[in-house]
Amino acid sequence: MKTFPTAPAPHIPAGNRVRRVMGDVLLALLPGAMLHLYFFGFGLVFQLALAVAAGLLVEASVRCWRGAAASGGIADVSTVVTAALFAMSITPLAPWWVAVTGMFVALGLGKYAYGGLGANLLNPAMAGCAFALMAFPRELAHWPGGFVGLGDAARAVFAAAPAAGWDTLASATPLDATKQLVAQGLRLPELHANALYQRSGAAAWAWIALALALGGVYLLWRRVIGWHAPAGVILTTIALTLPVWLLDTERHPSPLAHLTAGGLMLAAWFIATDPVSGCTSPRGRFVFGCGVAALTLAIRRWGHLPDGVAFVVLFMNQIAPLIDLNTRPRIYGHGRG
Amino acid sequence: MWPDPAHRKAWRLGPPASRPQPVPRRRDAAYNPGMSLHRIHGGLAPAALPRTHVPTAIRPCPLPARLYLPLVDDAGGALFAHVAPGRRVRRGEPLAHAADALATVLPAPAAGLVVAIKERATATRDARSAPHLVLEPDGSDEAVQLPPLDGQQADPAVLRRRLAEAGVIGLGGAGFPAAQKLAAPVELLIVNGAECEPYIGCDEALLRAYAADVVAGTAVLARIAGASRAVIALEDRMHEAGAAVQAALAGHPQITLARVPTVYPQGGERQLVEVLCAREVPAGRWPVDIGIAVQNVATAAAAWRAVAAGEAVTARLVSVAGRGVAGAGVFEVRIGTPVSALIEAAGGYAPDAARLVLGGPLMGVALPHDDVALTRTSNAIVVLAGEDVRPRAPELPCIRCGDCADVCPVRLQPQELLRLLRDGDVDGAAGLGLADCIECGCCAFVCPSQIPLVESYRQGKTAHALARAARVRADHARERYLARTARLAREQAEKVARVAARREAVAQEQAAAPTPRAPAESAVPAESGAPAVAARMDKSAVLAAIARGKARRAQQAGPAPPAGDAEQKDTP
Repeated sequence: MKTFPTAPAPHIPAGNRVRRVMGDVLLALLPGAMLHLYFFGFGLVFQLALAVAAGLLVEASVRCWRGAAASGGIADVSTVVTAALFAMSITPLAPWWVAVTGMFVALGLGKYAYGGLGANLLNPAMAGCAFALMAFPRELAHWPGGFVGLGDAARAVFAAAPAAGWDTLASATPLDATKQLVAQGLRLPELHANALYQRSGAAAWAWIALALALGGVYLLWRRVIGWHAPAGVILTTIALTLPVWLLDTERHPSPLAHLTAGGLMLAAWFIATDPVSGCTSPRGRFVFGCGVAALTLAIRRWGHLPDGVAFVVLFMNQIAPLIDLNTRPRIYGHGRG
Repeated sequence: MWPDPAHRKAWRLGPPASRPQPVPRRRDAAYNPGMSLHRIHGGLAPAALPRTHVPTAIRPCPLPARLYLPLVDDAGGALFAHVAPGRRVRRGEPLAHAADALATVLPAPAAGLVVAIKERATATRDARSAPHLVLEPDGSDEAVQLPPLDGQQADPAVLRRRLAEAGVIGLGGAGFPAAQKLAAPVELLIVNGAECEPYIGCDEALLRAYAADVVAGTAVLARIAGASRAVIALEDRMHEAGAAVQAALAGHPQITLARVPTVYPQGGERQLVEVLCAREVPAGRWPVDIGIAVQNVATAAAAWRAVAAGEAVTARLVSVAGRGVAGAGVFEVRIGTPVSALIEAAGGYAPDAARLVLGGPLMGVALPHDDVALTRTSNAIVVLAGEDVRPRAPELPCIRCGDCADVCPVRLQPQELLRLLRDGDVDGAAGLGLADCIECGCCAFVCPSQIPLVESYRQGKTAHALARAARVRADHARERYLARTARLAREQAEKVARVAARREAVAQEQAAAPTPRAPAESAVPAESGAPAVAARMDKSAVLAAIARGKARRAQQAGPAPPAGDAEQKDTP
């Protein structure tokens, strides 16, 4: 009689195991980050370094505090992705304390207060970003108007005082500029000719958004994410902006302009697809994406903020369980409809 | 937020072909004439599963020195032995019968001597012990044969009787008596040859070698069930088996062949109904409730032999596979053969054999040792070795990635069920379809966090069943308690009425008698004139007061007595 150890089924491991998905997400962010670097200079490098360092520090201290195992392989990698998304969401010229406090809030309050990986209600990167936007509105208003060199970026980040002063370095974002100029009664052709708008680097933003979308399509192809949430964001944006744009192309930005402005592409491919804080049912994910787009457009049109993606995502995170509750698939054998 | 490397969509990365592909409709038209197939939700495509090949040539397994036949059926019901130790039996002679309506028998798998009835471990996950008949074959292999019947002329009731006498039960794994399953009339009979799990080759081997038996058995089963049509379903990878069945189908216009895509768990009864008929079996019901009977191909072949040749089920095909065994293959094994003897026939264990599984690697049961006997429903033995064994990786938190929901053939939300069950909310999980889980194991297989999902659902189902049973018990106890309270109150009221009536009678007696005073109506102490009557009246007034008080108390305490107490109080 030969004896064997037993275990519950299934007895075979999942096939073709690939341990590169985190790598996939970071790789997918790469094109967007490279263009960001190309258009806006070295600020992003400092923000990334600060956010990753601060994130790992928070991670390690929380783990020590809770008496958990010191090697948090998984949590560390997810922290790097959180840090990267946070760094991509704030201005590359933000002073160092923005990234540090932002990551503290993102991980300490956004993630560990709920119990850590897998238990968080909110998307940590967006929680940190929303906190930073509210706590440091002035510091986060300085977006670079063009390429910023290594020295200028370092002075802006670490001394909060660029050598040449903020005026030469920073400018409004395209959404900011549009908001201000539309408030003055300008129509789009006039607006596009305006110096304020031209300095804001609208083309750079659009290229970065397209690069992020490219990364998202890569994740989709790799089946790291599903199509539902990005489709929800993109289709809702088009559905809501196309009719008004067709009504008066001189007064309303085109759907493409909306999609490529602000943080909508980052949210569509990298934030709304976060499995932990988003919806889990396929239809729920689509609804989640629709909600993100609709509320972002509402804030852009009527709100005080230029782009409220971070707040919108946090809001949608909170109603995600309710969406899931109402979008469960019909179970086999339980009657149609 | 974003998970880590270990949290990866292991199964779906790489070529997108690793997921179930849509059924190619056009090919179906040529492949499955006159039939359009449908897709189940989720499932695992072959690309997501290990490649395994079981040689389908049928090899004999030598008759072991002793055969062990558990006196319990697959559902745990007892079998009633017909023979005592010391009795010599021939092959096919009934040794025991089950408790179903037709008393399906357990036929002797070989001629020999019944040497004992003793407790032994059964081939279950916990090696639970049960009484076994121990049969020592004498090598003569002398058989009893029932008179052959004509499958197309005999009365269906006679044919059903024959299936029960020959011990034909669901040989695919369920073990439900075939005759009983065919009792209700149906429109369609599905004969299931879609093996479903990797590492199993017995159905394919059977179809290749005995396609004619399967087809003839299908015709007999269809006739018994009154089905006008029958479908033999097999996987599209079984090319030779398909050709053999196609050739055997000549002369059976009512039977068609369906080649279904190889997607696990499409061979499951409910899933196969969905694939072939685009219909779902309602929750908690059976295919027969929507006019469909499903039987395994091995059952069909066994039914044909029982009817046409009068042979009882004394052997079956068992596939042996996995790197932990020297010679994988399909073996013809006598019922009751110990697993160790079968492994010996297959060349013994590899040095690094690490897990012994009865059934397939996704739903099978890990056996703690090999000294257990194969039964009529044992279709496969898988011996895993080395890295083929799923490592007991540390479980990571659920990140709600939804991979489990993507592969669930029942469209459950396994991640939500897990959360509810971990919170102890068994009723909540039941509300989300816990009972609909078919325990196919797809969710646990793909879980990047290595969470043993199916295991928790199994435990949840048990907990739910226990809780429901406890509720039923409590309800019965409450009913009994309320009934008792009502009975006591009624008896008390009757007693009071009796006393009052007697008092009335006495009063009338007194009134009729020539006494100076009439008795007082109220409870005023009676005077010396009629002491005996006054004492009786007093007693009745006191009894009435006690009864009122009791009734009031019962009313106050009435509705929800603790169940346990009530049970005790109930016995007078």
